[in-house]
Amino acid sequence: MTSTFLGLPTVAATDTEHLRGEPFPVAARRALADGQLRANLGRATRTIRAKRQAVVDEVDDWQELREAGRALKAATMARLDEHLEQLEAAVTARGGTVHWARDAAEANAVVTELVRATGSDEVVKVKSMATQEIGLNEALASAGIAALETDLAELIVQLGNDRPSHILVPAIHRNRAEIREIFRREMPGVDPDLTDDPRQLAMAARRFLRSKFLSARVAVSGANFAVAETGTLAVVESEGNGRMCLTLPQTLITVMGIEKLVPAWQDLEVFLQLLPRSSTGERMNPYTSMWTGVTPGDGPQDVHLVLLDNGRTATLADEVGREALHCIRCSACLNVCPVYERVGGHAYGSVYPGPIGAVLSPQLTGVEQNATLPYASSLCGACLDVCPVKIDIPSLLVHLRAQHVEQHRATHRLPSPEAVTMAAAGWVMGDERRFAAAQRAGGAGRLLGGRRGVIATLPPPLAGWTSSRDLPAPPAESFRAWWRRTRGEVS
Amino acid sequence: MRVALFVTCLADTLFPSVGQATVRLLERLGHEVVFPSEQTCCGQMHINTGYQREAVPLVRRFVEQFEPYDAVVAPSGSCVGSVRHQHAMVARRAGEEALALRAESVAARTYELSQLLVDVLGVEDVGAHFPHRVTYHPTCHSLRLLRVGDAPLRLLQQVRGIELVELPDADQCCGFGGTFAVKNADTSTAMLADKMRHVLSTGAEVCSAGDSSCLMHIGGGLSRLRSGTRTLHLAEILASTEKEPA
Ligand code: SF4
Repeated sequence: MTSTFLGLPTVAATDTEHLRGEPFPVAARRALADGQLRANLGRATRTIRAKRQAVVDEVDDWQELREAGRALKAATMARLDEHLEQLEAAVTARGGTVHWARDAAEANAVVTELVRATGSDEVVKVKSMATQEIGLNEALASAGIAALETDLAELIVQLGNDRPSHILVPAIHRNRAEIREIFRREMPGVDPDLTDDPRQLAMAARRFLRSKFLSARVAVSGANFAVAETGTLAVVESEGNGRMCLTLPQTLITVMGIEKLVPAWQDLEVFLQLLPRSSTGERMNPYTSMWTGVTPGDGPQDVHLVLLDNGRTATLADEVGREALHCIRCSACLNVCPVYERVGGHAYGSVYPGPIGAVLSPQLTGVEQNATLPYASSLCGACLDVCPVKIDIPSLLVHLRAQHVEQHRATHRLPSPEAVTMAAAGWVMGDERRFAAAQRAGGAGRLLGGRRGVIATLPPPLAGWTSSRDLPAPPAESFRAWWRRTRGEVS
Repeated sequence: MRVALFVTCLADTLFPSVGQATVRLLERLGHEVVFPSEQTCCGQMHINTGYQREAVPLVRRFVEQFEPYDAVVAPSGSCVGSVRHQHAMVARRAGEEALALRAESVAARTYELSQLLVDVLGVEDVGAHFPHRVTYHPTCHSLRLLRVGDAPLRLLQQVRGIELVELPDADQCCGFGGTFAVKNADTSTAMLADKMRHVLSTGAEVCSAGDSSCLMHIGGGLSRLRSGTRTLHLAEILASTEKEPA
């Protein structure tokens, strides 16, 4: 792995519980057996895909916007250390307090202390990936503090004692009948005659949340963007529940990955066009909330920003892999991914599922901790086509696969069976005479072919192929043998 | 034009008729085809599985074999995709900058078959005859890595007697993905099932594509179902004539 001195120390994530799970093929197999899940996902992703395509097609300079987004992110990462210090100074100057957290444990400890200091045992939460990544709700719970998710889909997941399965639509794996059941079972004071009409479901959640908004004294949020030059934080959302959390409580604590910042206010112009069209398929999202430190007498008077590393500097040190830090979490890549569409988010075992999750999760945990995820893709390239900041996810997956193989080689005395096979194949292909000899030997494989001239069963590891697909029996004559026989001379 | 054929290790070994069709087609159009005999494999399987070190000699071999020619053609979108998008990267990662530069130069004149025909040679009507109902799967790497666009369809539309039927959700991956098909066999099979459902919904006798690997996957599934729909490479349809039908 090529790594670069960054001007800041690089730290890998240590507490990686929310970034990895069981091996992907095992989890995927279970998910594939769930017909309801596949139907829910297929319907939902198809709808979002169509919406996104329609609003992207109407923007004449979409490709230029993407390129602008990519270039801005690349330039930001190149000087992340300076921008971060600038952000810290700007937030502090406006009355906010900045905290630095190397990993999940440090971030959780900071937030827990801040909540404790207010004397409150309840916080309302704005939808945030960073707090899921560090397992903040669980950490707060073990300190006796209840964290309530206020994003409708997150609330469904929380009440259902479930895990989110999508970055933007965490309950995408649930349909409305299931949601009604969860509400009836878990939502205090809900109307027992609640139907599965979406409006009724939304109103029930609204009644429940309204009382919480009015009583909460502390809110916790993430941030979509932070502007280094002004110290402004921004949250982009659809429901307005985030706005409630960001304005009503006395104390506001924001946990943000260090890669989320943009240098200048004007940079938001690009990202606020790219994000809503890519994520919800809207021209503009209904609510964009921005706050800069403390505004006396208006909104939260006690404002904190926790800057989270948790493996990001280690990712930044990888010259190729750092591109993944450009992600603005729009989730467009999930919605077009044929693998995600079929297995759903839980199979990835990480709060970051789908194509970008298959890259980012192993990067944050170290690839050895998450070795099956880089292979959870057919490399079809649909993700790259839609990514608003042009992250070359297929190439990053290939890069991580190489890292995995190299690390395995460096840490194991004996090569894996796969490595032996690959080395043997490389040796055969390394010389046309050896290759031709192998083809002749393989031609004997015709004997394996049954009456239909196909091979229907093979031993492991190739049994994975023949479990659902025949393989043609090798022909009597390879192309090169035919060429030699019919053309005689070789070039 | 003198064109060097990179037949690909897969077609060479398992689908020689695809290579033969490519030769027949180009010669019928008046071009000279040469077969650099020391060619083997582009290394895509190694690269995509993480074995980049093992791929370096394969990249070098490819460059050495094809460097002397003005145009290289392969009947495979994914192999050309690897040549164009991965060879130089693999060489650079191994610290071989000189090889990377050579690889870039060879890659720039390496074409997938439909690209060569439509974009370089400027032909759409290749004089083929194939009186069958056909549906075409565009394959991910031709579509998204090489951006061949509708070149294969423009070629097929000119074939005499053909009945071309649009494949629903054509741009969706068939689930092959190289070693993905084995490492994640269940997910690959689920993707294949949807692709086959769409192929069968067209009522086509033949499912065609520009890549033997995807066709091996789709064809292997259709064969297992005893569906009666067969797979044929684009080159085989374009090479087909009344005298020598595919
Ligand atoms: S990788 Fe790109 S498409 Fe995927 S979530 Fe991030 S920004 Fe969106």
